[in-house]
Amino acid sequence: MNKFSWYEATSIEDALQQVNKTVSEELYQSTNNAAVFKSGGIDVFDWVKEGLINPQKIINIRNIPGLDVISYDAKDGLRIGSNVTLAEMASNSDIKNHYLALHQAINHAATPQLRNMSTLGGNIAQRNRCWYFRSADHQCFRKSGDRCFARHSETGENENHAIIDNGSCVSLHASSISTALMAFNASVVIVNSKGEKKKVLMDDFFVSAGQDIAMETILQAKEIITEIVLPAPSKNTKSYYIKQVARESYDWSLGDVAVVIETSGDTCKSASIVLGAAAPVPYRSVQAQQAMEKKSINNTNAMAAAEAAMSVARPLSKNGYKVPLFKSIISEAILKIT
Amino acid sequence: MDTRKEKFPYGIPGHNLSEIEREIPIEEPPVWPINDKLKIIGKRVNRIDAVDKVTGKAKYTSDMKLPGMLYAKMLRSKVPHAAIKSIDISEAKSLAGVHAIYLIENTQKEGEEKNNGKFPMVKYVGQPLGGVAADSLEIAKDAISLIKVNYEEKPFVIDLEAAMEMDAPIVFDVPITRQADGGDVGEVHDGSKGQGNVRGPSTSSFFGGPRGDLEQGFNEADIIVEKTYRTQVQTHMPLETHGVVVDWRPDMMMVYASTQNTNAVRNEMASIFGLPKSKVRVVCDFMGGGFGAKHSAGSFGPMAANLSKKTGRPVWLMMDRQEEHIAEGNRPNSIQYLKIGAKKNGTLTAIQQRSHGTAGVGLGAGVGRIAQVLYPCPNFATEQYDVLTNAGPGAAWRAPGNVQGAFGLEQAIDEMAEKLNMDPLKYRDLIDKSEVRKIERQRGAKLFNWSRRQPAGSGKGLVKKGLGVGQSTWPRFVTLDSSVEVKIHNDGGVEIRSSVQDIGTGTKTILAQVVAEELGLQVNDITVNIGDTFFPVGPGSGGSVVTGSITPPTRNAAFEAKTALLKLVAKKWETDSSELFIENGQVGSKKDANLKMPFKEATKLMRTSQISKIASRSDDYGGFQQPWGLAYGDLGSVQFAEVSVNTDTGFVKVDKIVAAHSCGRPLNIGQLESQINGGVIQGISYALYENRIMDTGTGHMMNANVDQYKVPYSMEIPEIETLIVEEYSALSSTDAYGIGEPANIATAAAVANAVYNAIGVRLHEIPITPSSILKALNKVS
Ligand SMILES: Cc1cc2nc3c(=O)[nH]c(=O)nc-3n(C[C@H](O)[C@H](O)[C@H](O)COP(=O)(O)OP(=O)(O)OC[C@H]3O[C@@H](n4cnc5c(N)ncnc54)[C@H](O)[C@@H]3O)c2cc1C
Repeated sequence: MNKFSWYEATSIEDALQQVNKTVSEELYQSTNNAAVFKSGGIDVFDWVKEGLINPQKIINIRNIPGLDVISYDAKDGLRIGSNVTLAEMASNSDIKNHYLALHQAINHAATPQLRNMSTLGGNIAQRNRCWYFRSADHQCFRKSGDRCFARHSETGENENHAIIDNGSCVSLHASSISTALMAFNASVVIVNSKGEKKKVLMDDFFVSAGQDIAMETILQAKEIITEIVLPAPSKNTKSYYIKQVARESYDWSLGDVAVVIETSGDTCKSASIVLGAAAPVPYRSVQAQQAMEKKSINNTNAMAAAEAAMSVARPLSKNGYKVPLFKSIISEAILKIT
Repeated sequence: MDTRKEKFPYGIPGHNLSEIEREIPIEEPPVWPINDKLKIIGKRVNRIDAVDKVTGKAKYTSDMKLPGMLYAKMLRSKVPHAAIKSIDISEAKSLAGVHAIYLIENTQKEGEEKNNGKFPMVKYVGQPLGGVAADSLEIAKDAISLIKVNYEEKPFVIDLEAAMEMDAPIVFDVPITRQADGGDVGEVHDGSKGQGNVRGPSTSSFFGGPRGDLEQGFNEADIIVEKTYRTQVQTHMPLETHGVVVDWRPDMMMVYASTQNTNAVRNEMASIFGLPKSKVRVVCDFMGGGFGAKHSAGSFGPMAANLSKKTGRPVWLMMDRQEEHIAEGNRPNSIQYLKIGAKKNGTLTAIQQRSHGTAGVGLGAGVGRIAQVLYPCPNFATEQYDVLTNAGPGAAWRAPGNVQGAFGLEQAIDEMAEKLNMDPLKYRDLIDKSEVRKIERQRGAKLFNWSRRQPAGSGKGLVKKGLGVGQSTWPRFVTLDSSVEVKIHNDGGVEIRSSVQDIGTGTKTILAQVVAEELGLQVNDITVNIGDTFFPVGPGSGGSVVTGSITPPTRNAAFEAKTALLKLVAKKWETDSSELFIENGQVGSKKDANLKMPFKEATKLMRTSQISKIASRSDDYGGFQQPWGLAYGDLGSVQFAEVSVNTDTGFVKVDKIVAAHSCGRPLNIGQLESQINGGVIQGISYALYENRIMDTGTGHMMNANVDQYKVPYSMEIPEIETLIVEEYSALSSTDAYGIGEPANIATAAAVANAVYNAIGVRLHEIPITPSSILKALNKVS
C-alpha cells in the first residue's frame, strides 16, 4: 500500500481548501497526487486497498463539527447531516415514524458493523458495485479502459448486474438507502469552495453512465455534501421498502424497491416508486408511478404497475431472473401500503 | 502373538445390542462396556482449549512472532497461460526494507512440459512464481508490485465443458503426474490416458471395480432414471489461511505450520531440502480450519524456507484471502451422468455413472464411491474423468468426491422412488442394507416428523415448504502409522504426546478423555501436548481417520502406564497388581476396601521421574477389509431437510435439518454435535451459496473474497438437530471413529430433494439460487 498523509479537517472550508479530487476522478485519471475525502472510510479505503487509487492525502471529514445532526420538523421535514452514521439513522424514531421505507432500507443495508462506521454522505457518494469495476486486473470503461467485461454475452459474469439503463455500464449503485431517499424526494445539500450552497434533488444528483462514464453523481472535487433533506410527508403518505437478497444475514441487494404513496382512502393519489440494484444509479420507475396514479391499491393494479416497471428491462445473459424478482417485490411493496 | 478372548458389546443399543467374542492381543486393555457405563467417554465434556480459544490466548500460526522475523509475500502470475520471458526484480530489490527475493526456477519436473526457459510455464492465474521477504508485510507487498513479469501469453481454457472440446486450448501437452487429491476413487488414473484435456477415466476404487453386466441390468429394469447433475467449484475458505513461519537455523529447520498433517509437512520439507527428518520440526498448536486443503507444505513452505535460508532469519508467510481462493485448493466441479434401473418392486438392477470434473491444473476431480457402495446393486460401472483447465488446483475437501457424488445419486434415488410411487424414505428402507442407516431413518423420521411430507409442489401460496432426505456412507479408514506416548510424571501429572494435530475438531479433548477414563482421573488432570513432530508420529487429519487411528493406541499406552504404576503400588501393599484399580483419582483394591492411595501418592513410588509408554495402532480385532487399514463397517448417515421456497422471488431458506449419524462409539457428544453442525452448515453452503465465479475471458476469479464468495452467516443457519446412533463393532480398544467428513456428504442432496418437494420441479444443479429457482419455475423469459 502506498503511503499517504492524513489531514484532519476542522471545518467545511478547511476540508474544501485541501481537497483536489473526487475518488471518481482519481480512479479515472490516476494522477497519484490526489487529496480525497474520507468520512466513514468504508468505501474509499476499499479502493485504496485494492490498489486502484493511490491518493497522496486522505482528508478526514468525519470530525467536522455540525455535520452529525438529525432534525425533524412536521412542516419542514427531515434534515440529516452528512456525517450521521447509518446506525444513528437506524435508531432515530422520527425516521421510523415518518419515513418507514427509509427506516427499513437502513436496517437492511450492509451489516451492523458497517452501519456503525458508514456515514450517509459517504453512502450516497460511494462508487458502484461490479466485480470487474472493482478488480485491479480488469480495466473497464469506468476506469478509462476499453471494454465492459460484464456485458460480454459469453464470458460476462453478470448475474448481479443492471437490467435497466445498462447500455453504457452494467454496474449497480450500491446505496440501497438512496432507493428510499429518492422515493421520499430527498435533496442533497452541497457546498463548494466558494462557500456557495446548492440543494439538488436526488433525481438530479445521480448521473447515468450514458451521461458520464467516469462518475455516478454530479459531485465535483471542490464540493462537499453537508446534508440530505427530505420534505415532510403529507398526512396520508405511506411507504414501504423491500430488499431482496439471496442471503439474509447480510448481502447485496438483488433488487430493492421503495414505494411512497399518498393515499386517499384505498386510492393512490400519487406514487413515488424507486428501484435499487436495477440500474447503474437508483432508478425512478415513472412507468410504475403512472400505472398507480389515481388507481385503487389492489392486487391487479399493483401487478400492472410492476409489469409496467419491468417493461423497460433489458436483462443481460445471466440476470434475466431479476425481472420476475422485481415484479414480485414491486407489487408486494405497493400492496403493503393500505 | 499372545492373545486372549474377550466378550465385546456388539450392535446398536436399543435395537440389536448383543455380545461378540474377539481374540485380542494379550497386552491390550480389557473391554470397555457401552458408554452408559463409562464415566467420561461418550459424555459432553467441554473442550480443554475452549477458554484459550475464546479469550484469544490460543496462538495460531499467523500469530507467531519470532525475534528478527521477516514477512514474506508470494509473487503470483496474473495471466492464465503463458511462458515467462523474463522477470525484472531490480526495482523491488532496491526497495528499502526488502531482504531477499526468491524466484521459482524451471526444474523440469516429471510431468511438466518441455520448456527451455528459466522459469516454469504459467498454467493459471495465481500460480506462485516467487516470493519476497521484507521488514514488514506492507513492504513485501509493495516489492511484489514492483516486480515485472514479462509473459508470452498462450490460449487458455477455464470452463469445464469448453475444455472437453477437441479443439480446446491444451493445458498440458504431456501426461501429468501432479496428483491432487481432489476427488479420489481410490485407484486414480495417472493422467497419461485420455485425449486433449480429458484424462482418465478411473473405473475402480479400493472397493473394487465394475460389477456384473450393465446392459443386462438395464434390460432387466422396468423403470429407468437417466439424468445429468452438475456441481460447482467450491473453495475451502478456512478462517485461517494457509501458511507457515519457517526458522531455518544452522542446526535445524523449525516450521510453524497451519496444517492438518505435521508429519507430512515435516517429511516433505526434509525431502525437498535433503535434511534428515530429525532435523526438521513442525509444530501446529492451534489450527483455524483446513477442510482437507492443508495436508502439505504447499509452495509457501519451501518458499518461506528458501527465504529463511537466504536471510538467516525466521520468515512469516501466510496467504491472503484472494490467494487462498485462487491457489490453495478447491472442491472440483462435476457433470455427472447417472442411469439407474430398477424393477417394478424397486429392486435396483443397474447403476451407471460417468463424470467429468475439473481440478484445474490438478487431477482428482472424481465423484467418489457413493454410487458404488451406498446401495448394493449387482450391476455397476463408473467412469470418472478429469478435465484439465487453466485454474488453481483442486485439493481434498471434506469428503472429497463423495459430496459431489451424493448430490447426484441421492437425487436420482429420489427420482426413482417417485417413479415407483413410493415414499423416498420407504424406498431407501427397501434398497439400503445398512442396519445403522435403518435405525437412523427410523429415529430421524420420528424426530423430523417426516410423515407430514406432502406430494411435490402441492403446497398453496407463494412460499412453499418442502421436505427431503439424503443418505451417505463413508469408509472407516485407519492410519496404522499412528503412535502416541503417555507419560505419568512423579508429581501426579499425566501427559499425552503425539505429532497428531487438533485441527479444531477436538482431538486434544478426546485424547484427554480416553486417558482420564483409563486412569480413573478427571479430564483436566491430563495435559495434552500434540501437533509437534518431535513426538511420536500421529495420523494426518484427513479421511476422518484421526479418532479411529489414535484413540486406541492412546488408551493402550495409558493402560500400559497404569499397569506399570499399579505394579509399584502392589509391591508396596504386598498384593497382586491385577487386584488394583484406579477410580476417582484413588488407587484401590478389589479385595480390600481399606487399601487406598491417592494417584499422586502412587506416582511418588516411581524410581524414575516418569513412566513413559508409547503405543501404536494395532490391527483391528478381527482384521481389516484391506490390510492397509480399511476397516469393516462404514459410517452411515441420514439427513433430513426442511426448506421454504418463495416461488416469486426464488428465495430459498433451509428451515431445519435433522442429521442422524453414527461413528462407532461416540466419545464426546458435544464435540460430535459441533462437527455435525459444521458439516451441515457447509453442506447448506454448498447447496445454496458457494460458487467460484471465474471470468472465462480473462481467467480470473471474480469473487475471491469473503463478500461475494458467499457462505452462510447466522441467519442462514437453520435449526439443526443431531441424532447420534451408538454402534459397537468390537474392532479396537476404543471402537471409536471420526465424523468430520460423514457430516458433510448428504446435506446438499437432502436440500435439493426438499426443494423439489416444495416446488415440484427438480434442480439438477447447485448452487440453487433465486436465479435457478425462477428459471426452473419458467418465470424467466
Ligand atoms: C460488505 C459491504 C456491504 C454493503 N452493503 C450495503 C447495502 O446493502 N446498502 C448500502 O446502501 N450500502 C452498502 N454498503 C456500502 C456502505 O454502506 C458504504 O460503503 C458506506 O456507506 C460508505 O460510507 P463511508 O462513510 O464509509 O464513506 P467513505 O468511504 O468515507 O466515502 C465514500 C465516498 O464518498 C466521498 N464522501 C464521503 N463523504 C462525503 C461528503 N460529505 N461530501 C462529498 N463526498 C463525500 C468519499 O470521498 C468517497 O469517495 C456495503 C459495503 C460493504 C463493504
